[in-house]
Amino acid sequence: MQELQSAFWEAGRLLLTFDSDLTEIVFLSLRVTLSAVFIGCLIGFPFGAFLAVARFPGRTVIVVIVNAFMGLPPVVAGLFLYLLLSRSGPLGPLALLYTPTAMIIAQAVLVTPIVTAMTRQVVEDLYQEYDEQFRSMGLFGARAVPSLLWDARYSLITGALAGFGRAAAEVGAVLIVGGNINHVTRVMTTTIALETSRGNLSLALGLGLVLISLSLLINAAVMSLRGSAKRLAYV
Amino acid sequence: MSTQQGFAGIGQSDRTAPTPLLPVSLENVCFGVNGADLLHDVSLTIGPGNRTVIMGPNGAGKSLLLRLMQGLISPTRGKLTWRRDWNSRQGTQGGTPGSATGGMPSGAPPVSIVLQRPVLLRRSVAANLTHALRVLRVPRAERAARLEELLTLGNLQDRRDQPARSLSGGEQQRLATVRALAASPEMLLLDEPTASLDPQATHAIEGLIQSSHERGTKIVMVTHDMGQAKRIADEVVFVSQGRIAEFTPAETFFTQPQSEEARAYLSGQLVI
Ligand SMILES: Nc1ncnc2c1ncn2[C@@H]1O[C@H](COP(=O)(O)OP(=O)(O)OP(=O)(O)O)[C@@H](O)[C@H]1O
Ligand SMILES: [Mg+2]
Repeated sequence: MQELQSAFWEAGRLLLTFDSDLTEIVFLSLRVTLSAVFIGCLIGFPFGAFLAVARFPGRTVIVVIVNAFMGLPPVVAGLFLYLLLSRSGPLGPLALLYTPTAMIIAQAVLVTPIVTAMTRQVVEDLYQEYDEQFRSMGLFGARAVPSLLWDARYSLITGALAGFGRAAAEVGAVLIVGGNINHVTRVMTTTIALETSRGNLSLALGLGLVLISLSLLINAAVMSLRGSAKRLAYV
Repeated sequence: MSTQQGFAGIGQSDRTAPTPLLPVSLENVCFGVNGADLLHDVSLTIGPGNRTVIMGPNGAGKSLLLRLMQGLISPTRGKLTWRRDWNSRQGTQGGTPGSATGGMPSGAPPVSIVLQRPVLLRRSVAANLTHALRVLRVPRAERAARLEELLTLGNLQDRRDQPARSLSGGEQQRLATVRALAASPEMLLLDEPTASLDPQATHAIEGLIQSSHERGTKIVMVTHDMGQAKRIADEVVFVSQGRIAEFTPAETFFTQPQSEEARAYLSGQLVI
């Protein structure tokens, strides 16, 4: 009990004094996850919209696969990426293993299916609603995609935030391809795992608090987005 | 050339007159879904100039008729022929740029529709109109001026930044109507544009319809509002159970309807 209490105090002190180890870890985490979400959106928005409006044989299969990949276990994603990036793997010569870049790729692999699947769903619903109107204006298929994406913007941001939440909380993939190397590839989740097993609870707790706050912040952002979308009658 | 000036009210003497869009003829057109025919053997020729009003009970097939003409659905059997062929993917074929109100790129569909339930985009009033102009490939430099024109036409200047979907029913209908006019169509199809609007809002929409008519746009409108039909119609198409029951000049229709169905409808009876 005593130990737990002092760990809490220590965690508070680390947070309030912007302890350099802690801030370094938080910033790397944000850098990795934000980059991954950015890549996920870059791929997921257009790809999801394409799946929503295009009709071609095999489309359903792709949709099912994308949806299934939403639940891809992070450790499995990490393992596959490890095999690709390891020295003897096909991408070995790039020497990306145990770098932040590898972690960004790993999280992008996790985020992209989420953003793609949510985009497809949202844009497909919107397309059904807009289809006849758009066709009457001479707006067909792929040419309608930018209009659809823009009108789906509130839901798309929500999707991106969901992806961010998943990536930020994930530990398996970044641990495998990042290696949790001090000052190089240590992010919040991997540090928490390591420090807890070592008995160094204060840093783990401090980072845990940051993660929880982040999650609260994301959910608050989603709620307020929803609120403003409703206020603007965009729902 | 002079034979091609039949299109009501266009002064395009300084330009090579394009082939007129109209008349459009439907020959034994059937439209069915899952084997059930919703429109049976519709034969009808709609010419330029006159304001055509389509009437008939709910479920008669009025909206289907408009959607056929707009090219949103295709006949299951039968033929729909325009004097000047066009399709909504390619816009006008063979017509030179410029239409009833001039200046549209030839990619714009020559026919515009205000759907029974118009879909407004999740954007501001102005952005809805700008979007339509962009889709019509109106050059960027001209968009601002066109936008102002349309906002003024719809009396929506004060609402320009309001989210379109938060407009009142009447305002939404005005926006949908001026959006359809953004293409400067040669033919405007309106599906119950004033259903559930108050008299003043109805008057505003009728004003838009009237001014388009005066600029030479062919008007085809579906309505259940008898007063409105009398105010607007030059000729009436009466649809009943997926068939054209009659197609007569307005005076004849309202004083001596030729078909049993129209007589019953006009006298307020149930048309079964
Ligand atoms: N996609 C569809 N599938 C099945 N039935 C349809 C479809 N579209 C229209 N119908 C039917 O065709 C008939 C005619 O429809 P339409 O919308 O043209 O009626 P309407 O004359 O416009 O009626 P209202 O005055 O109520 O608007 C209706 O009975 C409708 O239920
Ligand atoms: Mg209808």
